[in-house]
Amino acid sequence: MAADANVPPGVARARAALKDVPHQPGAKKPDAILVADKVVRRFGGLTAVNVGHIEIQRGAITALIGPNGAGKTTFFNLLTGFDKPNEGDWTFNGSPLGGVAPHKVARKGMVRTFQLTKALSRLSVIDNMRLGATGQKGESFWQGLVPALWKAQEQEITARADELLARFKLDAKREDFAGSLSGGQRKLLEMARALMVQPDMVMLDEPMAGVNPALTQSLLGHVKSLREDGMTVLFVEHDMDMVRDISDWVIVMGQGEVIAEGTPDTVMADPRVIDAYLGAHHDGTAHDPDEVAAEVEGGKSHE
Amino acid sequence: MGWDIIIGVSLESLINATMIAYALAAIGLNVHFGYTGLLNFGQSAFLGVAAYGLAMTVATFGLPFWVGIGVGLLGAVILALLLGIPTLRLRADYLAIVTIAAAEIVRLFFRSVSLSEWTGGSDGLQAFSDDFYAMNPYGSALEIGTVISFDARELWVMTVGWVLVAISVLIVFLAMRSPWGRVIKAIREDEDAVRSLGKNVVSYKMQSLILGGVLGSLGGYIIALSKAAVQPDTFGTEFTFYMYTIVILGGAARVFGPVVGSMIFWFLLAFINAVLPAAITAGYIPTWLMTTTQAGAVGYIFVGLGLVLLLIFRPQGIFGDKKEVMLDGR
Repeated sequence: MAADANVPPGVARARAALKDVPHQPGAKKPDAILVADKVVRRFGGLTAVNVGHIEIQRGAITALIGPNGAGKTTFFNLLTGFDKPNEGDWTFNGSPLGGVAPHKVARKGMVRTFQLTKALSRLSVIDNMRLGATGQKGESFWQGLVPALWKAQEQEITARADELLARFKLDAKREDFAGSLSGGQRKLLEMARALMVQPDMVMLDEPMAGVNPALTQSLLGHVKSLREDGMTVLFVEHDMDMVRDISDWVIVMGQGEVIAEGTPDTVMADPRVIDAYLGAHHDGTAHDPDEVAAEVEGGKSHE
Repeated sequence: MGWDIIIGVSLESLINATMIAYALAAIGLNVHFGYTGLLNFGQSAFLGVAAYGLAMTVATFGLPFWVGIGVGLLGAVILALLLGIPTLRLRADYLAIVTIAAAEIVRLFFRSVSLSEWTGGSDGLQAFSDDFYAMNPYGSALEIGTVISFDARELWVMTVGWVLVAISVLIVFLAMRSPWGRVIKAIREDEDAVRSLGKNVVSYKMQSLILGGVLGSLGGYIIALSKAAVQPDTFGTEFTFYMYTIVILGGAARVFGPVVGSMIFWFLLAFINAVLPAAITAGYIPTWLMTTTQAGAVGYIFVGLGLVLLLIFRPQGIFGDKKEVMLDGR
């Protein structure tokens, strides 16, 4: 794969950086944007998340996979401030983010999307986009009453929003209510809106869930283009084709813990991963990678 | 039947002080419910706090009128903070529960026997509006034809009231078309999405609660001044439900919705309350069916029926957008 002459610069950069990283849970990365330590979240007697150490490489696309109930979304919620951990700390771009409120996390440059898409139904598509811009003067009540104070900034924001809408092919829907969009279009809108925040890192929670095949390719393309723009992407996904297609690195969770890390091909051949997906009854003997991949994909169908 | 009186009373209720007070209260509630999605079931408490803030300052403590206005506004802000700080971090339904209870606490506080030395108990307070009427520029009553008449005092309250309505509508209009209003409306749609975009949702909800509470409290002044008296039971729970009716009737999240909603509500109520007794007296409605003393209650039944029909055939209200109502919530 790496020998391909047509590899885009972002992919080449990310894969070269991760080339010498050992394939083991908690592996050190050459340039980590996010470093988390001993993150624990319990719900009553159940430990949903128990991550010892994890690092996310800057400028790469990292997939977070694992069977249902592995704690992926809970871990996502913790990192983005939507849930509070019982223990643990993490730093983002060098500054501590453990237990920080979600809106402050977003302002630091880490923006998330949701598994169940949150389009703001009774706002127009363009207003959804404008909302994403940070540091708006008119968002303070008193300044908002005087249009002269925010009109220029609003035009600048609108221009940026229109550019993104065109890129995501939503420009024809500009004035429509977001609630009138299809499921896939809402996913696109949510991703475009997240980019209005101008984040360093984008967290996508199941970006492909409920998207029809016609839109899947365009959505994949958009995720890849984030990497080319220098952004870091961490995403939760069940679709193994997508994981293999776009991710530079894969982190596997099982029962709240990180059980494996590595490039997509090695991870999908890892017996611990197959165990996690198919259950402990699996014998775990050596496999042909394609056969394993087929089984792992089979594993998702029962979810 | 005296049609000229019936029509006169109905037309007066389109612009009189009661209608203005309800319009102001509903403008505030529209900021909470229509724009922000806050389920405030205690809007009457904001009016009560403002009305009593004015009345007690002047009648009980003998301070000037304008100090009373300031105390009332401050009271509304403090009430919003008291309601908001414990509840706005929680799910929306908690605000509903707390506000409905808080409104009853405020009413029972004002009518409690042990505080009657200051609040007047269930009789309320009078003699606080002299300074207000001393400013009255009108010397004589206004007569339009033979059917409509407002005396000089009414005219003065109405003038001040309509100025307040105009200012309130302007503030809501400017605020809601600004980026601030965009955040507010987005919070109504989905708080977590707004959080994920870096906005401090709790702070915005608190600002909305204060803004709507202060606008609503202006209605409390109009009620107090037009009657030259305050009574605790004016500010009961049913007051808040009339406000909700008005907001939905006019069209939630529409700038002029509460004003027109209040006009229609009071026009219908005044018309039916005038027609029914007249029809009974004239013998058009037999007394075995309804007596004049029952007509008042029947009036509310008819208003309720009219509103049910309106919501079936025009759920978006007068100014609403049908497309918007038909969208799924999320």
